[in-house]
Amino acid sequence: MNLQPAADTDATRHSLEIRGISKAYGRFPALKNVSLQARDKEFLALLGPSGSGKTTLLRVLAGLESPDEGEVRFDDEDFLAMPVRRRRVGMVFQHYALFRHMTVAQNIAFGLTVRSRRERPAKSEIADRVARLLSLVQLEGLEKRFPSQLSGGQRQRVALARALAIEPRMLLLDEPFGALDAQVRRELRRWLRDLHDRAGVTTVFVTHDQEEALDLADRVAVLKDGELIQLGTPSEVYENPANPFVYDFLGASCHLQGAVDGGRLQVSDWTSAAPEGTPDGEVNVFFRPNEVAFSTPDGAGVAAKVKAIVQRGADVRLDCLIDGRILELQAETEDLPAGLTVGTEVRVHPLRPQVYAS
Amino acid sequence: MSRAPVVRLPGIAPLLVLMAVTVMSVLVILPLFTVFHDALAKGVGTFFSKLKEPDALAAIRLTLMVAAISVPLNAAFGVAAAWAIAKFEFKGKSVLLTLIDLPFSISPVVSGLVWVLLFGAQGWFGEWLQDRDLKIIFAVPGLVLATILVTFPFVARELIPLMQDQGVDEEAAALTLGASGFTAFWKITIPNIRWALLYGVLLCNARAMGEFGAVSVVSGHIRGLTTTLPLHVEVLYNDYDFVGAFAAASVLASLGLVTLVLKSALEWRHAGELAARRRH
Repeated sequence: MNLQPAADTDATRHSLEIRGISKAYGRFPALKNVSLQARDKEFLALLGPSGSGKTTLLRVLAGLESPDEGEVRFDDEDFLAMPVRRRRVGMVFQHYALFRHMTVAQNIAFGLTVRSRRERPAKSEIADRVARLLSLVQLEGLEKRFPSQLSGGQRQRVALARALAIEPRMLLLDEPFGALDAQVRRELRRWLRDLHDRAGVTTVFVTHDQEEALDLADRVAVLKDGELIQLGTPSEVYENPANPFVYDFLGASCHLQGAVDGGRLQVSDWTSAAPEGTPDGEVNVFFRPNEVAFSTPDGAGVAAKVKAIVQRGADVRLDCLIDGRILELQAETEDLPAGLTVGTEVRVHPLRPQVYAS
Repeated sequence: MSRAPVVRLPGIAPLLVLMAVTVMSVLVILPLFTVFHDALAKGVGTFFSKLKEPDALAAIRLTLMVAAISVPLNAAFGVAAAWAIAKFEFKGKSVLLTLIDLPFSISPVVSGLVWVLLFGAQGWFGEWLQDRDLKIIFAVPGLVLATILVTFPFVARELIPLMQDQGVDEEAAALTLGASGFTAFWKITIPNIRWALLYGVLLCNARAMGEFGAVSVVSGHIRGLTTTLPLHVEVLYNDYDFVGAFAAASVLASLGLVTLVLKSALEWRHAGELAARRRH
């Protein structure tokens, strides 16, 4: 996990340190001894299925939940000892939590207007900042609207502007795209990353969408059942999933049983060199359905029988019977052996199999 | 807001409409008409002179005073209870909910009687109060207590579903933006429930001014001192002073009509923010 580039000294400075956080609701453990760090100005994704504790962790960072055990430090300050309002974190809630009785401008200005008279900027300065934020989130002209008069994407941007108005030390986003449709989601994703780079704030965001996490984040923390399973850059996590759960969670996967003996991996009737360091014994072999090579029965790979072929443009989906079960594989038409039809015997060669001891 | 689809049932529809109109006329409009008719039976002059009698004025004043004390108290209690129930998880929540509903389910007479049992001359604290020359029963404090007990569900019942629907995210957002708990409450919670609160207060007030049973038990019917408007109506009626009774009753009825108009206006203008009809 220590694959940080040594040359980049600034990147090794941790601004957020989470150590041994545990939290239980009654007898249900939501977080179990979670430790992780985020570097200054890093974009960190907390990825996991629902119930994995990712939102609880985010709320602990915001101060909306207090953990049973553990420590959170930010810029070397004890964050847990600080009340929510002193932490200066900008939080964007899953359903935005915009103040429904306030206009867009009032929403954005809220964090400034509630400050004590001594710390409160002058009215004109607040108006200036609201105007600047409105242009940053590209909502000029909508300042007099109420949240109910906005689209989902617009509401989300108001929520972001409101969070940014307090010049937060850290930005927390809870499923920021969860309530938007796929089209808007993809548009906003790039825009958000851009905004983060410009604002230069450490950002932690929660998502259950692996594509979103891998696409957006500098590093991804994968959580399951309240435990941190893996932490790494998107490519580290994608290329080297720590266990079958992560492998499966990060994308479509195919699964076969196998065995390792003396450095040789045996899957069904196919033998190949086992990945280095794999101990002998029963193993689970995982591979991505599009990372396979097809060949004729005299080639290399696991014996398979084609059960169905679905053509989709240049891509083909093949349902193949392998080792007694049907696997859905993908390939490009040109890579397939000639004359392949339903019923054909082929060999399927997983190009980058991941092997986990069972 | 989209309208509910309409289905006409051929044949039965006019019949149902006719029935509804008949029932409404006989049971609601006719009595209402009678109240005003009988009040004005001996002319407008008599009507106003009856209302200007010292006892009548005292009854009006007392009714307003009891409402002015009990309604704000119940509004505050209702907000507090609704806040606790809608925004927190705690043990005994369902018990609290049941307790809030209790005054709706028990007879108002019982709601009055409990105070007599507690503070009456023969009651638990009767002697103690007598020693200190404090009067609760047959005095204004008793009327206020009885009214509070009878009317306390109104505000809470109106607010609970709305606040549950709104959740706690907005308050949480306010806290992360640097607001204190106090600020979040005044700037976020209260504005979000203001119309429903007003609606609840309106219903609470109507009931507080119109309450008869509970108040009757603790009042002692001392004319000019402990008779509220509804009790005044009864006293006059028992005295065969029909014009006076109906004149007082017409004041109560007008109060009810004003409440109805305000209530409808609220429902029409702010339906989305009232619990009875949700937005989505």
